[in-house]
Amino acid sequence: MGEVRVFIDFGSTFTKVVVFDLSKEELLARVQVPSTVDRDITIGLEEAWRLVRAEVGLGEEELRQAVACSSAAGGLRVACVGLVPEYTTEAARLAALGAGAKIVGVYSYELSEAEAAEVEELVPDIVLLTGGTDGGNRKVILHNARLLARTGDRIKNIVVAGNKAAHDEVRQILGGAGKNVILTRNVMPEFGRLEVEPCNRTIRELFLSRITEAKGIARVRSLIRGVVMPTPAAVLEAARLLAEGAGDCPGLGELLVVDVGGATTDVYSVARGLPTNPAVVTVGLAEPYVKRTVEGDLGMVHNLETLREIVGAGEEPEGFAEALGDLAARSGIPRTEREVETQIMLARAAVKTAVDRHAGRLEARVSPQGEFLLQRGKDLTGVGWVVGTGGPVAFSAAPRRVLEGALFRPEEPMLLKPKAPRFLVDHHYIMFALGLLAQAEPLKAARLMRKYLVPI
Amino acid sequence: MKDRPTVVTGTVGVDAHVIGTKILSRALREAGFNVVELGAQTPPEEFIKAAQETDADAILMSSLYGMAELDLQGFKEKCIEAGLEDVILYIGGILGISRHDFKEDEEKFKKLGFDRVYPPDVDIQAAIEDLRRDLKARGKL
Repeated sequence: MGEVRVFIDFGSTFTKVVVFDLSKEELLARVQVPSTVDRDITIGLEEAWRLVRAEVGLGEEELRQAVACSSAAGGLRVACVGLVPEYTTEAARLAALGAGAKIVGVYSYELSEAEAAEVEELVPDIVLLTGGTDGGNRKVILHNARLLARTGDRIKNIVVAGNKAAHDEVRQILGGAGKNVILTRNVMPEFGRLEVEPCNRTIRELFLSRITEAKGIARVRSLIRGVVMPTPAAVLEAARLLAEGAGDCPGLGELLVVDVGGATTDVYSVARGLPTNPAVVTVGLAEPYVKRTVEGDLGMVHNLETLREIVGAGEEPEGFAEALGDLAARSGIPRTEREVETQIMLARAAVKTAVDRHAGRLEARVSPQGEFLLQRGKDLTGVGWVVGTGGPVAFSAAPRRVLEGALFRPEEPMLLKPKAPRFLVDHHYIMFALGLLAQAEPLKAARLMRKYLVPI
Repeated sequence: MKDRPTVVTGTVGVDAHVIGTKILSRALREAGFNVVELGAQTPPEEFIKAAQETDADAILMSSLYGMAELDLQGFKEKCIEAGLEDVILYIGGILGISRHDFKEDEEKFKKLGFDRVYPPDVDIQAAIEDLRRDLKARGKL
């Protein structure tokens, strides 16, 4: 056996195991079994490992070296507290999403007592506290720190990424109350300028050092090397690698990745998103080059009714409702032809709606100098590639039809979605594993990605 | 009291003229102010959001297309709502459409809640001196 690497994803619906042979740059095995995180996360892992070993002859040592990501047990739950909704609060949200978090609550301005109690009730893994540019407003972040200091032990970890002029005082207030306080760079050091990477890193490190411990995920620690990041962070790393390349393996350039899952649909854009029309003026906060959005109402197992509404009553083919029920009963895995067709329509609706929300949009304004256009968010019309991952896309009978939901529509010209991209599908559903591999072996991960993502 | 007062500058509304606010921003910076420059075509609400995050002491608006009066209806009230009742408000530029008297413009914008109003040919250094005086008077310098 050559140089074997094992990667695991503890998802909310499935536990997946992927095995690569790095010396041959080959995918050796890929299995998935239903998640058992509710009972004991190790049961699913042992079942999956048994299946892997039936395919390739591996010993226990390979499993002990395995690296995992996880979105089980509610994922990495973050509550964001900022100052102005469109600025430091939004910056906090973007930073947390980029770290692979699930946003459980968003608060702006001075917290009320009731809101502070609400934050505590959310039992977030992390509270991300922001507010004020460096040297800007201190009053609000100090007020919010005082209220958070009075919360009970359901709030343990607080990442502070606000006005640095208030950091020492915030640390005293929260540290004095027994909270685990981590100070990091301001997410908006100057007005309108985002700096989310340091905050991203801090959140991921905290996930690695403390959060997995608390989630029943720790049980797998004795079996594998570690759970190193939330699953969305692994997919984001894969998306970044695919766009930028590594070593002598060139990147594809600007792209969009859509990950349709059982509980959410995630969209990642690796693109600057500047206006393609030079007459357009951008407004609002500049968005990060690698941006993630997550739609908690567009999961293919948990939100079938929402997706059905999006598909629209008029569009429903015969037997749709029945097929929908059967799909729901089988964790979204279709069997009959009718279920296959239904799943394609639902997945396409998920892709369409998720990309609608991710993409920037234009607004027309009339001025004495004539009409002009304002752009909020990213212009993705020129993006060269749309990549599909997640079970309902990767294993779809018609992945292209599903991914075409990401396309620009002439009847909605203000929505800045890709106009003429090429399509790739993560046919083996291994992107998360390549994102994990990329941490140690970026070149091999990039080559494997080019080898196993299939043009459609 | 701060060593370096923070001021927000920009051209308000859908006005694309950017030179005036750029020259003003540069002069303010050279005079030791911390300048948050929003540039052209800035909606009035953006001035408020920027002032909130940066804890600004003053907002200095430019407008050259004659429509500022419409853009700024209720602006002072919005500032008060946003907790910015102490922020000093200045505006300068071409503030009306047809041939008119600057005194009228000044009166109109003072009614809208602006502390000082300037014609397009104002001496920027004189305006900065006014700003220093006003900041001192409010204990902000």
